[in-house]
Amino acid sequence: MANRITIEVTRYDPAQDEKPRFDSFEVPLRKEWVVLDALNYIKDHLDGSLTFRWSCRMGVCGSCGMTVNGVPKLTCATFLSDYAPGPVRVEPMKNFPVLKDLVVDTSDFLVKLEKSKPWIIRKVEKPLDEEYFQTPEQLEAYKQYSMCINCMLCYAACPVYGLDPLFIGPAAIALAQRYNMDSRDEGASERMDILSQHDGIWGCTFVGECTQVCPKHVDPAGAIQQYKLTATMEWVKALVLPRGSE
Amino acid sequence: MSKRSNEPFLWLLFSAGGVVSALLMPIHLLLFALAFPLGWLDGPGYEKLLVLLRHPMTRVYLLVLCSLPLFHWAHRFRFTLYDGLQIKHLSEFINVFCYGGATVGTVVAACLLWSI
Ligand code: SF4
Ligand code: FES
Repeated sequence: MANRITIEVTRYDPAQDEKPRFDSFEVPLRKEWVVLDALNYIKDHLDGSLTFRWSCRMGVCGSCGMTVNGVPKLTCATFLSDYAPGPVRVEPMKNFPVLKDLVVDTSDFLVKLEKSKPWIIRKVEKPLDEEYFQTPEQLEAYKQYSMCINCMLCYAACPVYGLDPLFIGPAAIALAQRYNMDSRDEGASERMDILSQHDGIWGCTFVGECTQVCPKHVDPAGAIQQYKLTATMEWVKALVLPRGSE
Repeated sequence: MSKRSNEPFLWLLFSAGGVVSALLMPIHLLLFALAFPLGWLDGPGYEKLLVLLRHPMTRVYLLVLCSLPLFHWAHRFRFTLYDGLQIKHLSEFINVFCYGGATVGTVVAACLLWSI
């Protein structure tokens, strides 16, 4: 294995540059290094002005998402040696406006996330000294969706979101499902009102890229299909019993 | 639900059409396009089939078999045009073309089935 590898990194400052460009850097190729290590090496030794986000270095915080050789990846969980002999191209996540170099503006996602009400909704709260019991089966029903770390790789991969920024997107729907499936939650119908609109689940055309790139195996595409089925059943119910089950 | 969307209905037709196309269509194709003409199986013969075809339940069944896959196509083609060709601004025209096409196809199928 050659002991150096070339990294091509997007450089862009919207305030000054007309368009993004690539800068190339040579970094050591170490077996245990991930792409994020290479970026940190560049920042520490070669060009301190390179800008990117990261925090946990262990696939938990969800802040280091970038495009590595065209694919949305968590750079702290993507080994450099997998791309040997290189070069490796590191770009910002697609489908988001770039703030600087590899840092994107995530506000759109945050607005959407809040819309899907990803928290436990109760009509009446239990008194503080009472617990909410949950069986292992009840936990299993939503556990997979609760693994989401809000890394937004699924948004970067979703062609529908790329074409129609109004689409609420994969993670917001998967997280709505995470609470819908939680036995302690009573907010399913509130969420349904928002997510069953055109920009909600019906925007999805089941491309499935979100599930492909998700580093946490959340399977947002599956969540959306499941939600479509639930929404359709609700629709049929409302048709048969027009006054509904209020 | 304040804004009632008709998407669930279209999606229901789309899903049902997918199931019919994936499960029932191949059986019919295998029987009537290969197995009977090539003599792998003894076909029921024209007379018997005609009697079967004239039974109302058979007609309804065949109508469903023809119609649902058309609505499956309509849904898929609508999104292919929306996103593939990126002409979502023409959505009204596209919707009429796709779902209208499937409806016309259904009517034609019904006319043919009930005129035999
Ligand atoms: S669903 Fe997966 S890809 Fe999308 S934000 Fe959550 S962890 Fe990231
Ligand atoms: S740095 Fe936290 S997920 Fe990569």
